[in-house]
Amino acid sequence: MKRIVLMGNPNVGKSGMFSRLTGAHVITSNYPGTTVDYSRGTMHIGGAATELVDAPGTYSLQPSNAAEEIAAEMVGTADLVINVVDATNLERNLFLTLEVLETGKPTIVALNLWDEAVHQGIDIDVGSLERLLGVPVVPTVGLSGQGISDLIGRLDEARPTSTVAPMDAEERWKTVGRITDAVQTITHRHPTFRDRLAEASVRPVSGLIIAIGVIAAAFWVVRLIGESLIQYIFEPLFELYTPFVLYLSDMLGPGLLHDILIGQITDGGIDYVESMGLLTTGLYVPFAMVLPYIVAFYLTLSIMEDSGYLPRLATLTDTFFHRLGMHGYGIIPLFLGLGCNVPGVLATRVLETRKQRFIAATLLGISIPCMAQIAMIVGVLGSFGMQYVAAVFLTLAIVYLTAGLVLNRFIGGECPEIFLEIPPYRMPGARFTLKKTWMRVRGFIMEAVPYLFLGILIVNLLYTAGILDALGTLLAPLMEGWLGLPAEATTALLVGILRKDLAVGMLVPLGMTPVQLVIAVTMLTMYFPCIATFAVLLRELGLRDMLLSAAVMTGTALLVGGLMHMVLAGFFGGGL
Amino acid sequence: MTTELITLQAGTRAAVAGFTGSQGFAWKLRTIGIREGKILTVVARHPFGGPVVVSVDGRAVTLGRGMARRVLVDVQA
Ligand SMILES: Nc1nc2c(ncn2[C@@H]2O[C@H](COP(=O)(O)OP(=O)(O)O)[C@@H](O)[C@H]2O)c(=O)[nH]1
Ligand SMILES: [Mg+2]
Repeated sequence: MKRIVLMGNPNVGKSGMFSRLTGAHVITSNYPGTTVDYSRGTMHIGGAATELVDAPGTYSLQPSNAAEEIAAEMVGTADLVINVVDATNLERNLFLTLEVLETGKPTIVALNLWDEAVHQGIDIDVGSLERLLGVPVVPTVGLSGQGISDLIGRLDEARPTSTVAPMDAEERWKTVGRITDAVQTITHRHPTFRDRLAEASVRPVSGLIIAIGVIAAAFWVVRLIGESLIQYIFEPLFELYTPFVLYLSDMLGPGLLHDILIGQITDGGIDYVESMGLLTTGLYVPFAMVLPYIVAFYLTLSIMEDSGYLPRLATLTDTFFHRLGMHGYGIIPLFLGLGCNVPGVLATRVLETRKQRFIAATLLGISIPCMAQIAMIVGVLGSFGMQYVAAVFLTLAIVYLTAGLVLNRFIGGECPEIFLEIPPYRMPGARFTLKKTWMRVRGFIMEAVPYLFLGILIVNLLYTAGILDALGTLLAPLMEGWLGLPAEATTALLVGILRKDLAVGMLVPLGMTPVQLVIAVTMLTMYFPCIATFAVLLRELGLRDMLLSAAVMTGTALLVGGLMHMVLAGFFGGGL
Repeated sequence: MTTELITLQAGTRAAVAGFTGSQGFAWKLRTIGIREGKILTVVARHPFGGPVVVSVDGRAVTLGRGMARRVLVDVQA
């Protein structure tokens, strides 16, 4: 099969174009470094299947980091290269274009972001550019699809350049300058509001004010959307569903099957959190408690990503993250991790060294609860009062900071500085944002629900077999003496390895005081990652670092848990 | 007068004169658009050892302190 590779600088719309051409769905974001791995898809041109590869962004074929290395290798394997160029930044992009042309691969240039170029008063003489480069050049707008059919139509005109010969870097820069001068006319315009906002949001003082505003607004929006979805859609749906479950319960009669499907029923009603059946808790936790916040979170995250705000936040928080052994880009794994730790761990690849990635991944595992868990914490603890929810998050924040400071001191290795291009602000397109949100929500449903079912099944079986009680007795000294928790909480902590959201729900029937709940859910966040996160941590860190990371997590959890027990007991009164 | 980028206050315009340090470093900056002869504007300079943000050809780039120390510039009037 023929192989076409999309090559270009970071953040020029390669992934967007990949989705258009293949119909496949890949994540696009308005910040450099989204595509660290490459994706492949198939497109059909005139009936023939062709493989399309979305290479990571690179500024040059002489790579300066891992992602760029992959990109440079991809060119070698290509039968045809689509070089995606940012029309608003022609001069810089052309350096890579020339390098690609010099390889002698058949090439076609997509002059993307054409709409923005027009908007900014940048005029490019496409005909002349085509003659100077010696390959077809097609203006495109990846966002709307404009020019894409043109691009496909001219793929068969792609050929090795006849006008560009291999040259050294110095000569290449000169050629770039010459070509740019010949084809580009810029009509100067006054700085717009968007330009001023762009500058204000990276300056120390104004930037901080804007950041606090943005984060507060994001927080508020997530809560508003999440709560509304629960109140107006999911709660009513489950009310309609209840009679059906009760009917089924009657039909089944008591027995193991009843326990597994429906669980415990309390005098005629169903407590969806406590009943522990597949058709009750197994559906209620993921859909009525977690999903609404997942939807709300990913919608907000997508808007933040696509607007181009995150690189600005990375710039503002760089000083802070530097103290913790990372740099400003540490904000990306943190934000993604708040949705689900798995993509969070994958996103640690935006950091350059082993030390940085180790710290980012360990802090993520130790103190960043995923949205599923957060939703459950808010749902379970919130009814006792928001101060308890705050106590959990305050503790986790202190742990993040302290553990970061300590790890930075003791983990060897380099901490390179931040180096990053800040993209312009862009209005997120409704279609793209919704599609991206949907992809992530679907990911949650496909991956979380099976694990949740498995968790409930295992709990029921182990419970029936009496194993859970035995384990509870075994760990009782630790749980009761050191953490001040009932021995039965052991079960929940164990289930946390499968699904932390379910585990939080399992704490409810234990009749703990709010302070005990605070300690229990904090432990649940810290002591060990869930199995899905564990798997990617192992893959990303390797066995040795994974073991070290897990030791740090469990050790810190026990230390912090004991401290919380003492401090909170003193603070809220001896009886917890 | 040639000076290090790190010394410039926000709002200053300067022409890139050269780089100190490794070849790889110079390569990285040139390919992102910061290269000899280009006019840059300092957009922000963060306190407490924070990064510097410059704008070149209408594009903003954030670079760490240590990097900003290794970029040599001629301040423009
Ligand atoms: N206005 C405009 N935005 C675009 C266009 N193509 C892509 N984008 C946006 O540019 C950003 C970067 O796109 P992406 O495909 O992730 O770039 P990649 O890093 O090269 O894969 C995203 O926010 C896209 O929505 C375009 O032609 N016009
Ligand atoms: Mg991409």
